[in-house]
Amino acid sequence: MSEEKPVSRRWLLVAVGTAFNGIVAAAVAVPVIGYLLSPIKKKSAYLKWISLGKLDQFPEGQTRLASFENPFERPQDGETAKTPCWVRRLSAEQFQVFAINCAHLGCPVRWFPQSELFMCPCHGGVYYADGARASGPPERGLFTYDYKVVNGELHINAGQMPTLADQAKLVTIAGKGKSPCLG
Amino acid sequence: MSRIKRLYNWFEMRLQLEGPVKDAVLHPVPRNTASWFYVFGSAATTLLMLQIVTGILLAFVYVPSGAEAWRSLDELNNHLYLGWFLRAMHGWGSNFMVAVVLIHMCQVFTFGAYKFPRELTWILGVFMLLMTLGMAFTGQVLRFDQDAYWGLGIGASIMSRVPLVGGALVDLLLGGPIIAGATLSRFFALHVFIIPGILLLFTATHIWMVIKLGINDWPMPGRIVRRDTYLQEYHELTHKDGVPFVPDALWKDMFFSAAVLAAVAVCAVVFGPYGPSGQPDPTIVNTVPKPDFFFLWLYAVLAYLPPSLETPFILIAPVLGICALLALPLLAGEGEKSWHRRPVAILLLVTVAVSFGIFTHLGTFTPWSPIMDAWSSDPVPPKLIHDATPVERQGAVVFQAKQCRNCHSIGGSGGMRGPALDDVAVRLTEDQLIRQVLQGGGNMPAYGKNLTPPETTALVRFLETLKPPGRRPAIDATQQEQKALNAPQP
Repeated sequence: MSEEKPVSRRWLLVAVGTAFNGIVAAAVAVPVIGYLLSPIKKKSAYLKWISLGKLDQFPEGQTRLASFENPFERPQDGETAKTPCWVRRLSAEQFQVFAINCAHLGCPVRWFPQSELFMCPCHGGVYYADGARASGPPERGLFTYDYKVVNGELHINAGQMPTLADQAKLVTIAGKGKSPCLG
Repeated sequence: MSRIKRLYNWFEMRLQLEGPVKDAVLHPVPRNTASWFYVFGSAATTLLMLQIVTGILLAFVYVPSGAEAWRSLDELNNHLYLGWFLRAMHGWGSNFMVAVVLIHMCQVFTFGAYKFPRELTWILGVFMLLMTLGMAFTGQVLRFDQDAYWGLGIGASIMSRVPLVGGALVDLLLGGPIIAGATLSRFFALHVFIIPGILLLFTATHIWMVIKLGINDWPMPGRIVRRDTYLQEYHELTHKDGVPFVPDALWKDMFFSAAVLAAVAVCAVVFGPYGPSGQPDPTIVNTVPKPDFFFLWLYAVLAYLPPSLETPFILIAPVLGICALLALPLLAGEGEKSWHRRPVAILLLVTVAVSFGIFTHLGTFTPWSPIMDAWSSDPVPPKLIHDATPVERQGAVVFQAKQCRNCHSIGGSGGMRGPALDDVAVRLTEDQLIRQVLQGGGNMPAYGKNLTPPETTALVRFLETLKPPGRRPAIDATQQEQKALNAPQP
């Protein structure tokens, strides 16, 4: 009897049970995708104006290491909440604030005041004092932060690790005439 | 009936495991597969077990928090009884595991074991290799020292090169805008739950298939694999000239696994645990980050790629490589298994192995990186300036002070980024030296803006002295001609 029917009552119930499970699982799981994707935010959500301190710690004509606490710091971050950057003071009000991360693969670039070069210890990227690419594997110059001077302090717009995916706030190396090669 | 036997029967009656276990251990394998070449898979499994046990023991103490991780490793290394040893076993166990998995894969490839009907076993194996490498990378992150921090930076920078979704991938990888506590937490979940969970599941399936399909027969030239006859042939082989897996084949597995475990322990005792290196304080920028041994080849490749090829290569080559490995058994599922009849396959394997070896070797001494402290730590060999004029000596000072030494070696010390300068005067004339210093080029920065004319003169004078004794300096042929033309006139 039952084996003659194309779909037996029990199999129909199993199918309905499976569908029921599927619906409940989807209803519970789909919102959880949002939980997993929650770190993805618009760039503006990860940027904030932060002070690097008084202007007088950055002598004119020199490049100095500065650091700031990440504006979105959490207790478990420990030391990694800190981020270093290179501040170059061109004149009283004119600055360049370079990210520490090499534009190649993010290693920390080091400033050599004697030869006025930034060198990267990982794959040998080298940049001029103005952040323009000098040699090595980087495709572009150093990443820079936007800055402003407020009440005698230098503020930068930072909070996110600069990478190539993050092009909008970046300077391009081509055609500025800044590099000794070009000018 | 003894008491032990009764106890056994009590459990067996309820568990019913005797039948399947007997099937598994006594299944016949071809006599010639009871070989020392067939021990790597079981050794990899043993190492996986070692990693799980040592990993769990480390988790008793390790704190997966950006603020605490480094200190908890310090405690393991220095303050807890045998903490250092467990860390060393886990670290060396991971090295051995990657190595043994790779050797296992080469052996399987060489013996044609991926062919019908073992295609899926190979495909699962490819995923297991990727997960083993994933474990190695995530494990390096859990060390959460300077290398881990900047290694994550490299990972994020690679991700950022993916078109369109690069930024989102970086956020996902880091768990936020920067490398911080959230990053470590998610790598902990990957290293401790997600990847090992899948790896265990895949390992069980992999071994299940090995038992069900039988171990690959020893490849014989001329014994061709065909889909319609292979199963019959294999059945005959194992039943006419077969031996039971236990004990005939197993004892070699046991010996090798024990030897591998002993080797891990010896390395652990002799070389100790890996790091942690400096604290993960990003403001300590005087650091030279370097990946662990098994990623050195990648580190080298990333240094040598021309900038324009870098993004396409990083994003496309791994995909192609993995697809090729996955497609291999589907495209070459039949035919010869013997290495005597598969010259292309063997050449390919040797080429890949030699390439990996060379890149890894280069990665150990990174000739592409400037040596950041060479300018202040490697002296100019005194004999070079013994008879030098004051200007030439001043040039040697400029040479050191302007960090030329970071990229150029003289007397065998200094960077290898640029050419060694011991014979530069033989290669370049004065004019060429001046041009090269001021304008750079050929992967050298231009120094025109930060050398004064006297510094440039002194530096070039010094460089002109750098030639092996008895070799003539480079000459400008046109100037020589001009001189010759001018000579008779006055």
